[in-house]
Amino acid sequence: MLHIYCPHCDEHREEEEFRPKGEAHIARPTEPEKTSDEDWGNYLFFRKNPRGLHHEQWFHAAGCRKFFNVTRDTVTYEILETYKVGQQPAVTAESRKRQASDQGAAK
Amino acid sequence: MQHYSGFGLVKHGLSHHENWQRMWRNPAPKSEYDIIVVGGGGHGLATAYYLAKVHGITNIAVIEKGWLGGGNTARNTTIVRSNYLWDEAAWLYEHAMKLWEGLSQDLNYNVMFSQRGVMNLGHTLQDMRDIHRRVNANRLNGIDGEVLDVSQIQAIVPHMDCSANRRYPVLGASWQPRAGVARHDAVAWGFARGADSLGVDLLQQTEVTGFRISGGKVLGVETNRGFIGGKTIGVVTAGNSGVLAKMAGFKLPVESHPLQALVSEPLKPILDTVVMSNHVHGYVSQSDKGDLVIGAGIDGYTGYGQRGSYPTIEHTLQAIIELFPIFSRVRMNRQWGGIVDTTADACPIISATPVGGLFFNCGWGTGGFKATPGSGHVFAATLAAGKAHPLAAPFTIDRFVSGKLIDEHGAAGVAH
Ligand SMILES: Cc1cc2nc3c(=O)[nH]c(=O)nc-3n(C[C@H](O)[C@H](O)[C@H](O)COP(=O)(O)OP(=O)(O)OC[C@H]3O[C@@H](n4cnc5c(N)ncnc54)[C@H](O)[C@@H]3O)c2cc1C
Ligand SMILES: [Zn+2]
Repeated sequence: MLHIYCPHCDEHREEEEFRPKGEAHIARPTEPEKTSDEDWGNYLFFRKNPRGLHHEQWFHAAGCRKFFNVTRDTVTYEILETYKVGQQPAVTAESRKRQASDQGAAK
Repeated sequence: MQHYSGFGLVKHGLSHHENWQRMWRNPAPKSEYDIIVVGGGGHGLATAYYLAKVHGITNIAVIEKGWLGGGNTARNTTIVRSNYLWDEAAWLYEHAMKLWEGLSQDLNYNVMFSQRGVMNLGHTLQDMRDIHRRVNANRLNGIDGEVLDVSQIQAIVPHMDCSANRRYPVLGASWQPRAGVARHDAVAWGFARGADSLGVDLLQQTEVTGFRISGGKVLGVETNRGFIGGKTIGVVTAGNSGVLAKMAGFKLPVESHPLQALVSEPLKPILDTVVMSNHVHGYVSQSDKGDLVIGAGIDGYTGYGQRGSYPTIEHTLQAIIELFPIFSRVRMNRQWGGIVDTTADACPIISATPVGGLFFNCGWGTGGFKATPGSGHVFAATLAAGKAHPLAAPFTIDRFVSGKLIDEHGAAGVAH
């Protein structure tokens, strides 16, 4: 069972209160009539689906009913941070790589 | 290859079963193959078997990072049926069903295919309308199907609670008598043994870590055991397909989710068919060992961890108890998860890719075990000819751009 920190409620709650809603930070094409079939297809169906860090949306369905974002490792399922929609993640694949190489240098 | 027969069983009994031949070799990789199949699950092994048997191409390797059949093939609840709504899907799964019906003989290996029937329950008027529509569509496609009323259901499954005052009363069901279950390990092993005997190299503990691509064409795979050359490559890696596509430099319209299942302690025979319900969302059958085999829906988040969350298990069992209150005291023995590669239209992808010579067979999601022989058969033809087998042709990656989806979500009773 995941314990998820809702940045709106300012509390950890059990997974059952939430619904995962897939990859975050996907921008809807601003000019639909000018968007090619390929770009529409990409927008609708093609996801990063990474093995590792994933920035994804969650919905606090049985709580405040607000959306927010989560950075989660899709292998260990560990949640590394939660942040509000409109904000950018602090933990990214690059930041993790940098951290790992800094630690390596310290030794 | 040692032929299996009743006579052989008796003969080997005389030497305490100590002299059986190994089922397949454990060869060292060659530097180059005509065709490489990545992924030694049921689909990959079937692909190699039919390539060798039907197309006479035997310089083939199946490359598997773990052990044969250790992915979703060995983790699934083994339901086999072909009662899909849309023509394209129905034809593909019925093609597989016909192969299932002769598979044990063809492989000289008992895959324990048991046509005990599959029942898809309806609990609402809309469920029943959908069931009528699907059964009619199936029959027009020459696929067996009937609509059962409650008394007919009770005659087949007397222990299910069909009383009218349930929260989700059973109103009827679709029934496919030719559907059933098969033994998942035996399917992988039977295809592996058959492929090996025709000369296919089964390379276990060999992980593909990258593709060598030049001028838009694939030249081979990088692995933990070095480079292995092959100008035609079929990738059949289920939940990890997105990872392999990324290595080749493109994205797939696939998301990987955990799907869990459970088995109970062994019981005396109580359920001799397969019962599925889309509405309360669970399905159950009883294995030959006597354990109840139980499954339901995916965990909602994406994941590669081959396990899911407890709430999903709880919901699964709630559904089973809703249908069978008599099972409420049965103890569960084991629970596990597999990683399923879901697509937006709940149909597979059997397709060429932006890389020349590189083909993918994936996206079977929660329901590909039933297709194992058919998937291997049409994918073998696709790899041998370098272009899609007619039954595979509608299942391209391009459909997610053109919009020509084959929407089996919800249409097929339950997603498995
Ligand atoms: C719990 C559960 C219940 C299910 N129930 C049913 C059911 O009742 N009926 C049904 O029809 N279907 C069911 N399914 C779906 C079914 O199991 C799958 O669709 C099917 O088994 C997929 O077969 P496959 O051979 O493509 O994949 P797999 O058996 O997963 O094989 C893929 C193989 O690729 C290997 N691989 C991955 N990455 C690499 C790499 N980099 N290098 C080398 N090898 C690699 C893996 O180790 C694995 O062995 C269920 C699935 C699950 C998880
Ligand atoms: Zn909240």
